[in-house]
Amino acid sequence: MASNSSGDESTRHQTARHRLSVIAGHLQRPTDRNAALLAVDCKAQGSKPNVNTSDRGEGRTVPRRRQEIMKWNGWGYSDSRFLFNKKGQAEFTGNRYRLSGMIIPGLKDWMEGTFGANLQHKTQATPVLNTSAVQPPTLNEAFVEELKSTGIPFSHEAEDRVFRAHGHCLHEIFALREGKIGRVPDMVVWPNCHNNVVKIVELACKHNVCLIPYGGGTSVSSALECPPEETRSIVSLDTSQMNRILWIDEKNLTAHVESGIVGQDLERLLNESGYCTGHEPDSMEFSSLGGWVATRASGMKKNIYGNIEDLVVHIKMVTPRGVIEKSCQGPRMSTGPDIHHFILGSEGTLGVVTEVTIKIRPMPEYQKYGSVVFPNFEQGVACLREVARQRCAPASIRLMDNEQFKFGHALKPQISSIFTSFLDGLKKFYITKFKGFDPNRLCVATLLFEGPREKVLQHEKQVYDIAAKFGGLAAGEDNGQRGYMLTFVIAYLRDLGMDYYVIGESFETSVPWDRVLDICRNVKARIVRECKDKGVQFPPLSTCRVTQTYDAGACVYFYFAFNYRGLSDPVHVYEQVEHAAREEILANGGSLSHHHGVGKLRKEWMRETVSNVGVGMLKSVKDYVDPNNIFGNRNLL
Amino acid sequence: MANTYRVLDKVRLQDEEEFVDILEDKRYCSDLRFAFRTFSPPPYKGAPACSSDELNQAVLESQYLRYVIKEVALETGSSVEEVRDEACGIMWEMSQNLQLRFIRLLGFAVRKVFKRIFSAIYVNMEGLQVLQQATQECPVILMPNHRSYIDFLVVSYILFNYDIPVPVIAAGIPLAGMKIVGEILRRSGAFFIRRAIGSDKLYWAVLSEYVRTIVRKGFAPLEFFVEGLRSRTLKSLPPKLGMMNMILEPFFKGEVYDVTLLPISISYDRVLEESLLAHELLGVPKPRESTAGLLKASRVLQENYGCMHVNFGRPLSVRRLCEGKINRCQYNLTPRDLPQKPNAEAQACGSWLAHMIVRLQEEGALTSPWSLMACVLLQVPTAVLTEEGLLFHQLTEQTLWLRKLALDFRAHLNWPEKVPDSDVMSSTMALHRSVVYRKAGRVYLTRNDELERKHSIEEDMMRTAAALLMLASYRNQCLHVFVRPALLALAMSITKSTKKDELLTCFCFLQELFSNEFVFIPGQSSQDFEEACSLLHKCKAVHVGQWEVTDSDTGPEVLSFLQELLKPFIESYQLMFRFLCEERDCVFREKDFLSGVRTLATKLIVSGELHTYEALSSDMQKNVLSSLRRLGAVTKITISENNEYKVNKSAVRRTGDMLAGRIPLQIVQAAPDARL
Repeated sequence: MASNSSGDESTRHQTARHRLSVIAGHLQRPTDRNAALLAVDCKAQGSKPNVNTSDRGEGRTVPRRRQEIMKWNGWGYSDSRFLFNKKGQAEFTGNRYRLSGMIIPGLKDWMEGTFGANLQHKTQATPVLNTSAVQPPTLNEAFVEELKSTGIPFSHEAEDRVFRAHGHCLHEIFALREGKIGRVPDMVVWPNCHNNVVKIVELACKHNVCLIPYGGGTSVSSALECPPEETRSIVSLDTSQMNRILWIDEKNLTAHVESGIVGQDLERLLNESGYCTGHEPDSMEFSSLGGWVATRASGMKKNIYGNIEDLVVHIKMVTPRGVIEKSCQGPRMSTGPDIHHFILGSEGTLGVVTEVTIKIRPMPEYQKYGSVVFPNFEQGVACLREVARQRCAPASIRLMDNEQFKFGHALKPQISSIFTSFLDGLKKFYITKFKGFDPNRLCVATLLFEGPREKVLQHEKQVYDIAAKFGGLAAGEDNGQRGYMLTFVIAYLRDLGMDYYVIGESFETSVPWDRVLDICRNVKARIVRECKDKGVQFPPLSTCRVTQTYDAGACVYFYFAFNYRGLSDPVHVYEQVEHAAREEILANGGSLSHHHGVGKLRKEWMRETVSNVGVGMLKSVKDYVDPNNIFGNRNLL
Repeated sequence: MANTYRVLDKVRLQDEEEFVDILEDKRYCSDLRFAFRTFSPPPYKGAPACSSDELNQAVLESQYLRYVIKEVALETGSSVEEVRDEACGIMWEMSQNLQLRFIRLLGFAVRKVFKRIFSAIYVNMEGLQVLQQATQECPVILMPNHRSYIDFLVVSYILFNYDIPVPVIAAGIPLAGMKIVGEILRRSGAFFIRRAIGSDKLYWAVLSEYVRTIVRKGFAPLEFFVEGLRSRTLKSLPPKLGMMNMILEPFFKGEVYDVTLLPISISYDRVLEESLLAHELLGVPKPRESTAGLLKASRVLQENYGCMHVNFGRPLSVRRLCEGKINRCQYNLTPRDLPQKPNAEAQACGSWLAHMIVRLQEEGALTSPWSLMACVLLQVPTAVLTEEGLLFHQLTEQTLWLRKLALDFRAHLNWPEKVPDSDVMSSTMALHRSVVYRKAGRVYLTRNDELERKHSIEEDMMRTAAALLMLASYRNQCLHVFVRPALLALAMSITKSTKKDELLTCFCFLQELFSNEFVFIPGQSSQDFEEACSLLHKCKAVHVGQWEVTDSDTGPEVLSFLQELLKPFIESYQLMFRFLCEERDCVFREKDFLSGVRTLATKLIVSGELHTYEALSSDMQKNVLSSLRRLGAVTKITISENNEYKVNKSAVRRTGDMLAGRIPLQIVQAAPDARL
C-alpha cells in the first residue's frame, strides 16, 4: 500500500493508523466482516508476466523494488529514522509509528552519558549506492534464456542485487554505510507462485546455478551473505511477490498462505476476516512466513499461540529432488521423524518453502498491557520463574534489566501535559523513596494479556499477585505498552548510533531456569571485560532482558553497543567481542540460538551443539536432497 | 604452561615495592581510638551483604545439601530429619559469626600485643590498594602462607586497618575448642574445619557447600591456608587440594564470573613458636590448643620478635588462568546442584593453581639476614659450633657472599639499608640469642641451660638437636631461593655428566624424590630445569650450551655450596633407606619406623657417622615415607590407627643407589597423586 500510494496524504495517514492498530494490539472488537474464503490461482501460470499487480499488490507492503520504500543501508522504511534536529533534540521522522514526529528529549543525554558519544562527532553514511562499486553480474546465459521464456520477472540491476546480498548483521550494514560491496547475487528473480518456483529450481538444477532464497531480508546470522568462494552464477530467489492468502478454512481454523507474505500483511489480511495467527516476532513488519519456517522463528506472544513449529500444519517446499509435503493435515502424526523438522530451521539450504498452512485464531476480544517494577533483576527473574512454574504466563512477559529500564526511560517522548509529568514525578518518588527501590538496581517487566475480558482481568490479578510476592509493584499500562512499541523502533536506533560512532547489536540464547541469572551476569561482564581488553576507549552498553518463558527455561536477549572512536577496525573488535560473548553463553549452558538461527555467523559451533552424529545426519539429508548444492548459501553446516 | 611464566613474570614486576610499617604511625595513637575507628569498606558490586545467619540458612536450604541428606539418610537408614539435624549440628560447629564488634575487640588486643613483640610490621601498600579494588569486583580468596598462629590475626588486622572487608577464615577445629578464645575467633570470622574428615560424606557436603556459598555470595573475602597446616619446618608445604577445588567450583559452574586468588607472603624475622616447633619435630607432642596454654605461653610475649613482613601479591584471575584448561560446558548436562566429584581436568587445574600459589607465596617472601646465616651455620661441623666456636668475621664474610648469590637468584631480601653490615649481623644475632650467641669474636650454638645440672649424652644431644633444628627451620625459610639451582648442582655431582638430557632426567628424579620437601608445580620440570640453568649461568657458575651444562672456573664454590645445602636431606634420606633395608620384616608400623629411625640416627650421630641432625625430624621421616609410597617402593596396607606399610626392599635400595649415583637413573614412574 505504501508503495502504491502516490504520496496521497490521507491514504498515508490511514495506513499509519492502520499499522498502529496492528502493532499496538487490537483494542477494539473486530468489526465483523464476512470472512472471505478465496482460492486464488497463480496468475502467472502460463500467462504473461504480471508486471504490476493490480490484484495481488493490493494492500501489500513489499514491492519488487524494495528500494522504493526501504533504506538500502539501514533498517526499515526510508522515511522513518532518528535524527538530532537543529536544537540538538532527538526526533523520529515519518508518520508510520506512534513515535513518529515526536521529540525524544532524554535520548541525547542518554547517548552521551552511556556511550560518551558526542553530537559533534558524526560519521556520514554513503548516501546513495555507487553502482559502479558493484561487480558486474556473472550470468549463466543458458539459464537466463530459459528463464526469460517462462515469463517470470527477474532483474540484474545493481540496486536489486545489492539489496538481496545482506541481512542486518552489524558488519553487513556497516560495510554498506561505508559503500563497500562484496559478492552479491548476480540476478534476482521474483516468482509469483509455487509453480514458478518449481520451474526456477528445475532450471537452476539443469544449468547448475546457485539459488539463495530471500524472504524479508531481516536475517541476523549472515545467512544471506553470498559465499565468496561460490563461482557459479548466484540467483537470489525473492519470494516477496508470493504473498497471497490462498484460502482460509474457518472450520479447522487454518489458512493456506504463500510463503513470501510478510508478518504485518498476514496479520492485517487475517484481521480483516476476524482472525489472526498471533505470531509476532519483533521483525514482523518485514520478515516473511517462509523465513520464519526456515529459521524456526519465535513470536512475542508464543505463550498463547506457540512458536512457528507449533503453528504450522502443512508445509510445501520445492527442493532439487522435487516437492516435499505431507499428504494430509492431521494435527499430529506418528509417521517416523516429522519431515517438517527437516524443513523448519533448514535456513534455505534444502529448498524454498512456497506455501504454508498455518493455524489461525479468532482475534482476541480484549488486550491489556501492564508493567511491574522489581527492586532488582534477581527478584524479577524469580518472579518470571514462578509465573512459568504456575504456567500462567500472559501472552507476553519480558523482563528488562536496569540498563534497559534506563534506556526505555530515555526513549520517553516529550510529555505534553504538566499533569502527566507531575504524575511521573510522583511515581518515581513513590518507587525510589517510599518503597526504597535503588534506581540503579530496579528493573521492570512488561506484560501483555489477551483473551476474553473477564479472563484477562482474572489472569492479570493472578500475575500481579505473584509479582507482589517478589517485591514487584504494578507500574501501569503505559509503561508496558511503550515497552512493546519500542520493540519496533529500536532497530532504527542502531542507525542513529552509527551516525555517531556507536555500533551495536543484539543476540539471543535460551537457557535453563537455574542458569538465567548466572548467564546474564557472566555474559554482560564478559562483554565489558573483552571490550576493555580489545582497546575500546569507552565503557560499553552491555544489557540483557528475559523475553520468553518456558516450562524448563527462558529466552535471554543481550544488547551490546559501544562507542568505537579511536579504534582502527571497529567491526573486527565488535565481532571478536560477540564471539567471546557467544563462547561465554555456551560455557554457561546457553544454546547457540533460540530463534535467530545459525546462518554462517554461528556455524563454527554447530558440531559441538548437535554432536558429530547430528551434523552427519543433517549432512546426509542435504546430500540426498541437494547433491549439487544448488541451494548453496552454505548456512548451518 | 607458558601461562605460568607470564603470571610469575607479572608478579615479579612488583619487585622492590615500598613497604610501610603499619605500627609506626599508630604506635602513638591510642589503641582504643584505633579500635573504634570508622570502618567503611567499599561494598561488593556483585551482591548485597549477607549476615552469617543468612549464610547458614542458604547452606542448609541448598538443593545440594538436600540431595546429600537424602542420600545419607538412605545409606544409614536414619530419617531425613535426623540427618538434617546432624547437618545443622555440623553447621553450628563450623560456622563463623563475623561481627564488627569483635573485629574491633580483636584489633584492640592484637595491636597491644603486636606493638609489644614486633619492632615493625611492614606491608606493601600497593598490594593493599589493588586488593581493595579487587574486593569490589569478584570474590577474593586470600591465600597466606602459614608459619605461625599469628598469621590468623594479622591479615584481618591489616584489612580492618585499611578499610577492606575483613575475611572469613578457614581454621582448624582445635582452635574452636579453646574457651572464650574460640568464640572470639569465631566472631572475628573464623570457621572451623575438622582435621580428619576421611569419608564422612555429610561433613564433606556441609563444608563444601559452606565454602562454595561464601564464594558465591562474595560478601567477604575468604582466607585459607592452601598448605593446610602450619609448617613446622618453616618450609612451604605441598598444597592441600580439597579446599582449592571447592573454591574453583563456583567459577567452573558459572555461578560467579571470576574468582580472584591473592597469594600473601608473611615472613617473620623470628617465629614465636620456634622452640615449640623444634621440639615437636623431635617427637615432643604439641601441647593441645587451650586457653590456659595460651596464657601460659604469654611468656613468649615478653620477648622481641623483630619485624614481620606481609607482602600482598597481585590478584590472579582464575578465569584467565584456566582459559583453555577447563571446558565449562561439561556442566551443562547435569544439574549443577547434584553432588559430583570434580573430574580429572578440574582436579588437575586445581592442583596446578594451588602449586602455583605456593610458588608465588615463596617468591613474595622476604629473606632475612638470619636465614642466610642459618644456611652458612648449618654447613659448619656441629662440633665447631658447640665446642670451639665459629669465627664471627668468617660467618660475616660467608653470609655476605651468600647475600650476593641470593640476589643473583632474584630473592627478595630484607637486608636493612644504610646500616653497616657488621651491625646487621650483630643485631640479627642478638635477636636470635635463643639459637646462637657470640662470645669473644666467636659464634656458639645456644643450648638451653636453664637447669644447671649434669646432662646425659642423649639429653645433651637433644639440646643440640633442638637448636640445630631451629637453625634448619630458618634455613628452610630461604631454601626456595636456592632449590632449583641446588638440584641441578646435585644432579651434576650425581651423574658426573654434562649432557643436558641426562641432567634433566636426574633433575626430574630429584624433584620427584623430594617433592614432599620442596614444592614444584606439577608438569613443569623442564621449565624448572631451564630456570636452574639460567640462574647458575647468571652467577657464572656454569656455562650453558644447547646440549651441555659445564661448570666454569668460578663454578665449584657456588656448586659445592649448593650441594652442601641439600646434603642434610640426602644424608637423612639415605639413612632411612638404609634403615628400611636393614629391617628384618618387610612390614612395619609407622610408629615403629619413626622411633627406629630416631634410635639409629642418634646412634650414628654419636658415633660420628651421621653429620646431620635433621634425620631426627619427624617431618623428614614422614616425608621419606610418602616419597617412597609415591615411588611405589612402599605400600600402605592398613588404614587403621596403626598405619602399616609394606616395603619393597630392592626398590628402596635401588632408589638409594640412584640417589648416590651408584647406578644409572631409570625413569621413575610415580604413582598418581593420591593427596586429594
